[in-house]
Amino acid sequence: MDIQSLTIAQIREGLLARRFSAVELARETLHSAEARNASTNAYLRFSPERACDAAARVDAQIARGEEPGPLAGVPVAVKDVILTKGLHTTCASKLLADYVPPYDATAITRIEGAGGVIIGKTNCDEFAMGSSNENSAFGPVRNPLAPDRVPGGSSGGSAAAVAEGTAVLALGSDTGGSIRQPASFCGVVGVTPTYGRVSRYGLTAFASSLDHIGPLARTVRDAAVLLHTIAGRDPMDATSAEAPVPDYTQSLNGNVKGLKLGLPREYLKDLTSETGDLIAAGVETLRRLGCEVREISLPATDYAIACYYIIATAEASSNLARYDGVRYTFRSENSGTLSAMYRNTRGEGFGAECKRRIMLGTYVLSAGYYDAYYLKAQKVRALIYQDFARAFAEVDAIVAPVSPFPAFKLGEKIDDPLAMYLSDIYTITGSLAGIPCMSVPCGKTADGLPVGMQILARHFDESTMFRLAGAFERARAN
Amino acid sequence: MKITEKEVGYVAELANLSLTDEEVHRFQADLDEILGHVERLKGVDTAGVEPMAQVLYAAADTVTWRADRERPPLGTDLALANAPQPGDGYFKVPKVIER
Repeated sequence: MDIQSLTIAQIREGLLARRFSAVELARETLHSAEARNASTNAYLRFSPERACDAAARVDAQIARGEEPGPLAGVPVAVKDVILTKGLHTTCASKLLADYVPPYDATAITRIEGAGGVIIGKTNCDEFAMGSSNENSAFGPVRNPLAPDRVPGGSSGGSAAAVAEGTAVLALGSDTGGSIRQPASFCGVVGVTPTYGRVSRYGLTAFASSLDHIGPLARTVRDAAVLLHTIAGRDPMDATSAEAPVPDYTQSLNGNVKGLKLGLPREYLKDLTSETGDLIAAGVETLRRLGCEVREISLPATDYAIACYYIIATAEASSNLARYDGVRYTFRSENSGTLSAMYRNTRGEGFGAECKRRIMLGTYVLSAGYYDAYYLKAQKVRALIYQDFARAFAEVDAIVAPVSPFPAFKLGEKIDDPLAMYLSDIYTITGSLAGIPCMSVPCGKTADGLPVGMQILARHFDESTMFRLAGAFERARAN
Repeated sequence: MKITEKEVGYVAELANLSLTDEEVHRFQADLDEILGHVERLKGVDTAGVEPMAQVLYAAADTVTWRADRERPPLGTDLALANAPQPGDGYFKVPKVIER
């Protein structure tokens, strides 16, 4: 079997036809993932026992003639900010290098309940803070399509694992673009669902008003199946929504003729010419499918980066306060007094980007600055939200680039934090508004670097987003 | 200049973060540049705009509380399993008050 291109449907078919067992698939996947890891560093840890146990349960169900679940035997890689009981979860931080969670995230419980097989934990930027995966305490991830380039971030390991074919599905987390941007850079599908669609119970908190869990996959259908599995109300996350979860696969073959699409003019001015051409060609494909594309304006876009890096860092400075040497594994050896323990544990444990964000977030919340920065940013966030509300009064979905450029070289931007932040411009707006957004592969540059097209839809209208993405993927395959 | 090295030191104290001199120097430059970019918010007219604390602010119907029922807790052993210095069912820290 060619495990590098398997889909959920092919695995199901192969298992039910007894052409291979789930345990065989898990072993072969782990074997290939371990071998590949020397080149990409996509994984921080493998979970062979857990994977084989889960796979054996699927095989037993099939042997008994029972329904093995929608993810039966499907190898899933999990970003290392999502808690897995008994399996190290480090957040790619020195601070949590030895942390073993006492419980599973709800998304993990649902995946395993659906027959999914967790094969390992993927590398990422430390505490999901970064756009290149270079902020991992355990080394950067390399883009499997171009080893001298970054896979994007912060869910770089998850995107790389799916792209290189060592996992069929992966879970990522997205606070300002951390699923869509690496999906774009690695040429896979990445979905940031509506805020509240997927429970964050067990997701290590970075910026709670912005954090999402979402799927990465090689096909739109597989992403839809994984989202359907993990979506829905969870009593353990008060921000998870009651909204009913439709079967997204039902939308995939829908007609997109007559759908009204908005193309925001603010998203087209700073693209590299190749990215601009590929997005234009993608929009043309949608037009040929019968979509009505019109230019729209989202005027608050110019303020999005400033708004995001105030709100996200303010929330991060609060969420990361818990790593103080008392509860979470790492404590500095220089802990003579309580205060020295706090300061030195954090000073020695956090990497540069986390410190930078804790500093910025503490500054904008500090006495005398709160109104000028944090409160102002919350008001500007409302303007960004209203931009989208106005746009969705006239269009059914928005199409846009994911990133101004394709994957950049390792080391190219790491010394210029503001330039790195500015590259998040097209993904950050959707995060601030909390609307569902996804990246679908939209061709490659002359150098073979993938470019993703972003589709954004109304709150809780992932179905329209998947309908468009499904039609686009089909049109591009023909 | 938006922020001085002295202010960086003060913010680091608020954040309980020990920084080396080199880090203070570096973060002064980084924060200064980022705060320079953030300046643009000052020009935005937000008169009459309600601050948006989170996404569901316009969708109160989806915010629900779970039923207030007891459920089994993690238990002390599991809760302390990751503690750097557990003891007698507690998280231990350096002595705060001398007797």
